[in-house]
Amino acid sequence: MLKLPIYLDNNATTPLDPRVLEAMMPYLTDVFGNAASRNHPFGWAAEEGVDYAREQISKLINCDSKEIIFTSGATESDNLGIKGVFEMYSQKGNHVITCTTEHKAVLDTCKHIEKLGGKVTYLPVDEKGLISLADLEAAMTPETILVTIMYGNNETGTIQPIREIAKIAHAHGALFMTDGTQAVGKIPVDVLADGIDIMAFTAHKMYGPKGVGALYVRRKNPRVKVTAQMDGGGHERGMRSGTLNVPGIVGLGKACELARLEMAADTARLSAMRDRLEKELTTLEESYINGSVEHRLPHVTNISFKYVEGEGLMMGVKDLAVSSGSACTSASLEPSYVLKALGLSDDLAHSSLRFGLSRFTTDEQIDYAIGHVKEAVTKLREMSPLWEMFKEGVDLSKIEWAEH
Amino acid sequence: MAYSDKVIDHYSNPRNVGTLDKSKKNVGTGLVGAPECGDVMRLQIEVDEATNTITDAKFKTFGCGSAIASSSLATEWLKGKSIDEALAIDNMEIVEELALPPVKIHCSVLAEDAIKSAISDYRVKNGLPALELSHH
Repeated sequence: MLKLPIYLDNNATTPLDPRVLEAMMPYLTDVFGNAASRNHPFGWAAEEGVDYAREQISKLINCDSKEIIFTSGATESDNLGIKGVFEMYSQKGNHVITCTTEHKAVLDTCKHIEKLGGKVTYLPVDEKGLISLADLEAAMTPETILVTIMYGNNETGTIQPIREIAKIAHAHGALFMTDGTQAVGKIPVDVLADGIDIMAFTAHKMYGPKGVGALYVRRKNPRVKVTAQMDGGGHERGMRSGTLNVPGIVGLGKACELARLEMAADTARLSAMRDRLEKELTTLEESYINGSVEHRLPHVTNISFKYVEGEGLMMGVKDLAVSSGSACTSASLEPSYVLKALGLSDDLAHSSLRFGLSRFTTDEQIDYAIGHVKEAVTKLREMSPLWEMFKEGVDLSKIEWAEH
Repeated sequence: MAYSDKVIDHYSNPRNVGTLDKSKKNVGTGLVGAPECGDVMRLQIEVDEATNTITDAKFKTFGCGSAIASSSLATEWLKGKSIDEALAIDNMEIVEELALPPVKIHCSVLAEDAIKSAISDYRVKNGLPALELSHH
């Protein structure tokens, strides 16, 4: 029996893998010690759990276990990385380069450092969501201390040319940071081969628990340091104070281990399912895939259905938990800034759906989703005066609409 | 957002979706809203000229559930009403009937505009002056 609604919003968060929960359980019960307590076995046992997690994490992203700084999640990691570099390297320069389709955790942090006197360049993206390397090269200045470009986009799944970006940053003496939130655990991310100096990621996008994430900070070639953003006990090599979230960290470690072992199989299965979903839904007329089809995460697709309105569409696909390109929290609809940056018109941005598949998504669920979305779009179009005009060959851009 | 049962009912089983022949002299058409605002309503009425009574009403709406429900409800109410009675329909009656939340009041306003715009079109077609449409 298919259980409804079907969860296809795995870019927002993933369910906890039962194996992760199992690994965490002892640390939520018997092994409750503070990992910083050096004087008794309770502390030692907790520290052992944390150390093992560091090993599991570092194997996934190919770094040294000492290069992992635990945080409360990707938002904190993004803040610590950007603000921490801005403060630590203020003698060297005050210029940061990022792009317009970053997560708000990066964009708003960049706005914050602008208020502190920093200069930020927001690179545009093309219609596939990719930045131009020539634009990046042109934006580099002697004052540039950091280039921060996300690995894979949360709305479209588009993967940026990370290695090339890192090379350009390094050639100009700047550090390269990436928000790896959606990519780590989903595709091979190798901080050494990719040339990443700093990377933010989180557990709950890869079947781990919420409330725990990490910042990778390179220790050699070059040795990178970030200024702590919270004062306290000087944990995590002085970069992030606060008692370690031991069960969360153990969960993140286990999630990374599972991701490393199962990535190839998950990728093959999920991309096949995603492609089938996408192929079926784009048989609907006037449907468009948003973002790059060549360079993207294996489990995501974002599709716009022209001539249906986003909120009405969300109501029509009530059996699916998906995200739409419109954040309609009030009477004024705000279309997704990511899709707008790709050049989509407001109406196409509004009428988009993002499907994020997971390790737990089944073929049966995808079959249902295909039928359900097709039915909703078809029904709403039959009700849509815009669809009727389109079918009659009316040029909608020529109509003088009565604004209200 | 939680929708009322009545909105869900109209959204799931919309009444009077369709198109009337706009070339007919006794058919009035109102097209209001704009795609970039997220709502476009087209509401049509067919009038029995002898009795000045609305005999049929159809709609098509591009919009959220509340916009679809507002226009669906409007067509239900219009059938059998005289032109004057139809002109008296106030958007707040729609708000009340559908229990629309404050952020969705504009959907009812649009439905009222669509009714008046359709009546105005009918008037113009029949040699009467257009209605002064108040834009909310």
